[in-house]
Amino acid sequence: MPCSAFAKHAMFKLLLRRILLGGLTVGIVSLIIFGAVEMLPGDACTALLKQDAQGETLRLCREELGLDRSASVRYLDWIAGAVKGDFGLTAHRNKKVSELVGDRVKNSVLLGALALVLGVPLAFALGITAALKRDRWLDLTVSSIAIAAMTIPEFVSATLLILVFSGWLGWLPGIVTASANAPVSAFFPEIILPVVVLSMVMTAHILRTVRSSMLEVLDSDYVRMATLKGVPYRRMIVRHVLPNALLPAINVVALTVAWLLGGVVVIETVFNYPGLGRLMVSAISDRDLGLVQAIALIVSTVYVLVNLSADILSLLANPRLRTSLARGG
Amino acid sequence: MRGLLQILKEVAARPSGAMGLSLVLLHILVALASPWIVPYDFKAISAIDILTPPDAKHWFGTDQMGRDVLTRTLLGGREALLVTVIATPLAVFWGGLLGIYLGLAGGRRDDIIMRVVDAFLSLPWILKMLLLIVTFGNGIHVLIPTLAFFYGIPVIRIARAAAHTVVARDYVLAARARGEKRITIIRRELLPNVLDALMVEGAMRWSWMLLAFSSLSFLGFGVSPPTPDWGLMVADSRTFLPLAPWAGLFPIVFLSSLIIGINMLADALAKTLGVDRAQKAPI
Repeated sequence: MPCSAFAKHAMFKLLLRRILLGGLTVGIVSLIIFGAVEMLPGDACTALLKQDAQGETLRLCREELGLDRSASVRYLDWIAGAVKGDFGLTAHRNKKVSELVGDRVKNSVLLGALALVLGVPLAFALGITAALKRDRWLDLTVSSIAIAAMTIPEFVSATLLILVFSGWLGWLPGIVTASANAPVSAFFPEIILPVVVLSMVMTAHILRTVRSSMLEVLDSDYVRMATLKGVPYRRMIVRHVLPNALLPAINVVALTVAWLLGGVVVIETVFNYPGLGRLMVSAISDRDLGLVQAIALIVSTVYVLVNLSADILSLLANPRLRTSLARGG
Repeated sequence: MRGLLQILKEVAARPSGAMGLSLVLLHILVALASPWIVPYDFKAISAIDILTPPDAKHWFGTDQMGRDVLTRTLLGGREALLVTVIATPLAVFWGGLLGIYLGLAGGRRDDIIMRVVDAFLSLPWILKMLLLIVTFGNGIHVLIPTLAFFYGIPVIRIARAAAHTVVARDYVLAARARGEKRITIIRRELLPNVLDALMVEGAMRWSWMLLAFSSLSFLGFGVSPPTPDWGLMVADSRTFLPLAPWAGLFPIVFLSSLIIGINMLADALAKTLGVDRAQKAPI
């Protein structure tokens, strides 16, 4: 069906609206982060000076770092820096936050990307199979393993895997020793266990969604219609069921990716993996507020971007959603 | 609407429900009774019995400080259960009410609050929790409101969506036309219809909360030593786990069985109430 100029216009407006809303969310997040850190007792100067933080010394330090300015001026200053990728110095004033964070982001992306590459195809394959073999032993086994994998805390599954594959069998290293700025090759084979733990949780989430989405379509009237019409089973699954069932899964993959940003913290800590998550935990324990702000802003921006792309992707891929949304706004 | 007892009966009639219910009840029972049934003092250290394997004297063996693992495992879920059992209803309550209200009211207020909800959801849970804990400390008087607050936020979305599905129904329109007050509409028309979704959501939240709580303990931000806690015990036992697996495995079995029990219960509850337990990421 050719798209009319009106539909195209409506579509464009819809996409623009999504993008603006995403930007608004990031804006609110930046306010929340800045406000929360503002409310914490102590600032960069008390952290820097420790017990010397009093009287004239403290005043001079605040003046030097610009902390004596009003909160709104500092917020705008922070945002202006963040847009340029400049988050100032760490609490000990010896390193640029952007430099410190850069390597860690790369490492976390490596971990996440490997887990996705391993987990997503597996999740789709298992989810589709489980749905087609609904309520048979294969489905029941896959589904119960999935529930276990997604509900048991990451530190438990990580500890168990380390115990078995590193402690007892001695096949894989149980801890990552590569430094934050090491080349990618240095992370092998150390990265294997963290990737497995991460993709286990992810696979379970995506699998469950794929399965329930498949079941919904399998129960739908048009599939029943196709069956009654005598469409061959294989053709029906490939042409009628899969395209309709797998589209909603795009959004779940995005949500899962976003959620991984949180779950990854525990996994990185367990495996001593030099990623953004572990940096966040140590920044919080050290009360390095500038670093915490930077990480929080980066992580939430990634979250919003991933969700936005999923929204746009499923909008573009799904003709029904496209027209109905264009009509209804 | 069915009574709570009737729902529980129907849940228990399902195999997964019966299994989940008994696991959860068993854990609650152990948590309540453990101070009186544990064989040793959970703080009692020993220089001789360090990392001894399970035997007649110490059924679950001893840990790196010679403490009895059975004692500490039995006691190790009390704090987690106490905190989550209080925080879960609180989270469902405030998130549910706000969500229903927004679903009914709509308009600009709804737009603004939902944007803030989105913003909160885009921050990883662990970051939000850790920030509050380092600021206000890690006692249960901090952990309960913190968990209740953050885990109520996703409930807003669920309750709002559930309210949206009934808001346009005729009986709500009729109540509006009768000129009922908003609070009456919420209480009489919306709440009974949204309650099922909220109950399932509550069971799920409980399990995510336990996961969060034990992860925090594991990272060293939850329960403070020497109070026994499963997450903390696993963290402590990690370095010598291949030598003395019992120190970590028993807490792992207890924690996992509780979490799996809650999930089976949630699953059976969802099936009983006919709520689609859509698998969402536990943000």
